[in-house]
Amino acid sequence: MRIFFTLVRRDLLVAYRRRMDVLVSLIFFVIVVSLFPLGVGPERETLRLIAPGVVWVAALLSAMLALPRLFAADHQDGTLEQMLLAPFPLSAIVLAKVLAHWLVSGLPLAFMAPVLGLQFDLPTSALLVLLASLLLGTPALSLIGAIGAALTLGLRGGGVLLSLLVLPLYIPVLIFGAGAVETTMMGMTPEGHLSLLGAFLILAVLATPFVAAAALRIALE
Amino acid sequence: MLEAVDLSCERGGRTLFSGLSFTLAPGQALLVTGPNGAGKTSLLRILCGLSPPFTGEVRWRGQGLAAAADRLRGALFYLGHHNGIKDELTALENLHINATLAGDALSEEAARAALAGMGLVGREDLPAKTLSQGQRRRVALARLLVSHAPLWVLDEPLTALDSRAAALIESRLVAHLAEGGLVVLTTHQPIDLPEIALRRLTLGEA
Amino acid sequence: MKINWFKSASPATFYPLAGRMIPWFSTAAALLCAVGLYVSFFLAPTDATQGEAYRIIFIHVPAAWMSMFIYLVMAFWAGIGLAFNTRLSSMMAQALAPTGAMFTFVALWTGALWGKPTWGTWWVWDARLTSELILLFLYLGYLALTAAIDDTRRADKAGAILALVGAVNVPIIYFSVQWWNTLHQGASVSLTRAPSMARIMLIGMLLMGLAAWMYSIAAALSRVRLIILEREKNTAWVREVLEREA
Repeated sequence: MRIFFTLVRRDLLVAYRRRMDVLVSLIFFVIVVSLFPLGVGPERETLRLIAPGVVWVAALLSAMLALPRLFAADHQDGTLEQMLLAPFPLSAIVLAKVLAHWLVSGLPLAFMAPVLGLQFDLPTSALLVLLASLLLGTPALSLIGAIGAALTLGLRGGGVLLSLLVLPLYIPVLIFGAGAVETTMMGMTPEGHLSLLGAFLILAVLATPFVAAAALRIALE
Repeated sequence: MLEAVDLSCERGGRTLFSGLSFTLAPGQALLVTGPNGAGKTSLLRILCGLSPPFTGEVRWRGQGLAAAADRLRGALFYLGHHNGIKDELTALENLHINATLAGDALSEEAARAALAGMGLVGREDLPAKTLSQGQRRRVALARLLVSHAPLWVLDEPLTALDSRAAALIESRLVAHLAEGGLVVLTTHQPIDLPEIALRRLTLGEA
Repeated sequence: MKINWFKSASPATFYPLAGRMIPWFSTAAALLCAVGLYVSFFLAPTDATQGEAYRIIFIHVPAAWMSMFIYLVMAFWAGIGLAFNTRLSSMMAQALAPTGAMFTFVALWTGALWGKPTWGTWWVWDARLTSELILLFLYLGYLALTAAIDDTRRADKAGAILALVGAVNVPIIYFSVQWWNTLHQGASVSLTRAPSMARIMLIGMLLMGLAAWMYSIAAALSRVRLIILEREKNTAWVREVLEREA
């Protein structure tokens, strides 16, 4: 347990000393969301209609952009190798790293989203559901993304290849996340969608660390 | 306690070595030499369980790595080409975190003493990225000074060290062997270890 | 004939064995395809609502079946290769992927060709076509990943993990897309609403499906022979084979 939290703290410390990297993905999120009105036109009705999808897709892309940071730096300076040799389950190490990664990239994203939702004139109920859906969805994205990051570790063309691998797997989270907000806007309850997101998250927490750990061992062979 | 049974290694379609076997008992050091590209690093990584051998088996305390990798990890200290330290963290922070990961307890005094031994007094609280390459390597070696693991696998530990630091590492190696520890190391330079404990292995011979 | 599985699992033994099997499968594929096309285009009646254009489903549906089936077989062999460290299984997975991707592509195109005369639109976001599109992405991801890794052992193992993760996710993705589809439109336009099946139509589709299956086996066997030659090129038997065929 102590090792788990030491790792989380270590990653948070490293991220703090590399603050700009973390902010960059957040800025990307804001820019991408702002591009849509410029592309689609400022008509309020249209914007309100596309808002849940737009914010969610932008969140997906930002989450994906942040993924290489999960293992690449540790791989380059040899600390990842040391983790593989630690007398501690690698899946737990992966979980610790993903948690720290989510705390600095996913969590701020989730809180930023309602603010951006205001740009799209979303009602308050929708904004709250947007926040909730992202709070449940972004950790799942980080977990699933960890598998992709591990598989593509050290490969040339890494970032783009990572997107190709990971985006199809993100689709269910996208559908239910954006769907939750849309159902709210239609006046219905988002409970079904949010519970499914919760179920995905639990499944992801239970399964993905082991898969990502296996992928890491393969990548470092 | 460390056994290699009929190991072979392939990289990029080439067989680097085959039929390699040895037994290393407590108190013994295996010195692996050979030209660059002969497979020294590959052999060390196979012994650590990072890479699977093409054929053959590695055994730690009688158990094959396939089943008992955990046991080996609990007893292993590995220093590869990379330093295994984070640039954004200070030398002290690095030492503490690596110790925690290895399951060792490390007091502040012991950490500072290790860094002092490697000639890094006054640099303990600076982020590692402000240190030179050589200094970073010495931080990595400071981890060696505070390690309690019985098996040390070291890839060129003495490279780029001045004579004083090299002597310190050598004396630590001798002490480790005297305590019943095991060492596997590669080096391009002459190293001063008691002949009685030394076993030699040369790779890359036709 | 007692098959010694472990012996035929060595690439050296499998190479000539596969070579002997291929002509059987390709002939079967050609025959089944000929009969199937005959049934599809001449024996099956004209559909009351969709006219002649519906006949494209005799290619679309078998292609879609094969695209899914091949993915599962590919994931299966990749998984075996990962679990038991058998080289031939991983080679088989790599051999199957391009054929599977091709069928997915064919299914998507024929789906579009069906949609245009029938509903006036080249693409329809119904659950099946959308899932098929995502399946194409999964195939492309597998091909891209295995191509990007130079070390064949790492490529096989990483590909296996990806294929298995994909296989597990396929039902999840399909379910999500279904949900998404029903949420968003009245589903008035749906490629799942095929014309009610006269038995002869079903026979036509089954024949084409079997033809596609035979073809896939022949294609995969040919491809795996090439992969074997490439990977084992440093062995004596491969050098002999290449000399003989020179």
